[in-house]
Amino acid sequence: MRILIDKLFLHLSKLAAVAILLLVAWIFTVLFLNSIDSMEVFGLDFITESKWAPNLEKFGALPAVYGSVVSTFLAMLFAVPLAIGVAIFLSELAPSRLKAPVGVSIELLAAIPSVIYGMWGLFYFVPIVREVFGGIGISMLTAGIVLSIMILPFMAAVTRDAMNTTPDILKESAYALGGTKWDVIKDIVIPYAKAGIIGSFILALGRAIGETMAVTFVMGNVHKISLDLTAPATSIPVTLANEFTEADTELYYSSLFELSLLLLVISFTIISIAKFYFLRRKRIA
Amino acid sequence: MTHTQKRIITNRIVMLLSTLSAIAGIGFLFWILSILVMNGVDALSWDIFTQEGAPPGYEESGLKHALIGQLMIVGVATIFGVPIGILAGTYLSEYAGKSKLGETIRDISDIMMSAPSIVIGAFVYAIVVAPMGHFSGWAGSIALTIIMIPIILRTTDDMLHLVSSTLREAAYALGAPKYKVITQVVYRGAKTGILTGVLLGVARVAGETAPLLFTSFNDNFLNTDMREPMASLTVTMYNYATSPYEDWQKLGWAAAFILSMFILSLNILGRLFLLKKKGN
Repeated sequence: MRILIDKLFLHLSKLAAVAILLLVAWIFTVLFLNSIDSMEVFGLDFITESKWAPNLEKFGALPAVYGSVVSTFLAMLFAVPLAIGVAIFLSELAPSRLKAPVGVSIELLAAIPSVIYGMWGLFYFVPIVREVFGGIGISMLTAGIVLSIMILPFMAAVTRDAMNTTPDILKESAYALGGTKWDVIKDIVIPYAKAGIIGSFILALGRAIGETMAVTFVMGNVHKISLDLTAPATSIPVTLANEFTEADTELYYSSLFELSLLLLVISFTIISIAKFYFLRRKRIA
Repeated sequence: MTHTQKRIITNRIVMLLSTLSAIAGIGFLFWILSILVMNGVDALSWDIFTQEGAPPGYEESGLKHALIGQLMIVGVATIFGVPIGILAGTYLSEYAGKSKLGETIRDISDIMMSAPSIVIGAFVYAIVVAPMGHFSGWAGSIALTIIMIPIILRTTDDMLHLVSSTLREAAYALGAPKYKVITQVVYRGAKTGILTGVLLGVARVAGETAPLLFTSFNDNFLNTDMREPMASLTVTMYNYATSPYEDWQKLGWAAAFILSMFILSLNILGRLFLLKKKGN
């Protein structure tokens, strides 16, 4: 009897664990099967065609891909320097009685749902962008900025954690040789934590590119490639969020599924690079 | 200027820049938080908890439907997600160890943790909503379950791993079979850690909007039938905030405030548990 229960427990827990692998395979399969229609009709043109016209049954994903890439690039452009600044402040500069409270509040802010960042962007940031940069305020630029603020807490927290792994004895040795704080940061902390810092940036990039709610509010879902950053735009998740419940033909659905598959493949690749090249998980013994 | 002076000045400049960026970053974040609190507190009233949705312009409108829908969708996801996640984490830590299968599951699950949640919504749409023919609360719960499992799996795996192996060996020495060792010794040792993982997992999925947009969809009135479309705080917040009506926008802020407070309290609670554990 006890042996039976013992076996049962093993197999049950194994089943639960293997189910994750099957689930991921299932997700890819379902998305693929649902995209076949659109793949057959458009082939590779799907990603190179810039016309997205549901009424004409023409679906080209280029504007959405372009929007995803540009908005994420803008977000990284703004967030990376700020995150490094915050991380340096938290790990090296802040007096110890500030470290814990500021650090914890940054981590808590990372837990705030992205839909709230999006709402803030719509009501408070769109008018500012309209005022300063012109246009209607709903734009690629706004999306990039809101996205950067949304990923900032996550990025700053992981970058700080990476910097904190530098052994004190290394830093103290550098100080003993007469190094200034900046010398210690650039010659000891950053080289030591480099892999972790880059890894966390790429991980944040992976999250940003799939982020939906923070940008849906402020991007406008306009399928047009424009070099003007103050013009409304769209991205893959924004298109999905806005059009999934409106799709009325098989081909329309299929194109949206192909977009989802594309997004999943892109973010899987980015996140894998971050995990496997830079953040090889070390188990705490 | 001597070399030393140059170094000191560079140092000062960098320190200043870093402090400024920290102030800017933290300032931005507190700006958002203060707007959330100001608008939220302003919009709160008893009606929020006792009234259902209403057309714009109606005095008596609230979020009762969304609050109950949210609790049901997240509650059902928790009921499914927590046992599966804990079991899978147990397998990884107690049976699989560093085996190839174990490491593969860990890696894939870690990647899933950061995968775009809207794609999970599309997947659930294809396997649940399309065959059923309509949106439903179940579909929303299934999407959230899928998002929750990797989070619980990861924390369970980590927390069980922290339980010292001498405890396990002592139990084996008493002749206990493995399942008894796990359920009565290892689980007890990792209790607070697992609980923290559950709290953080619930907090994470409670804030998800994207996977609910086309699974549980929305409903402006109270519905407790999981087979039907169901309101959630997050989707309601999205719909109300993007509407042109001021009273709906106000309700949106109330929803944002309630949800954030719920999520922040779960996070703080989880942290306190972990602190207490460290103290022991």
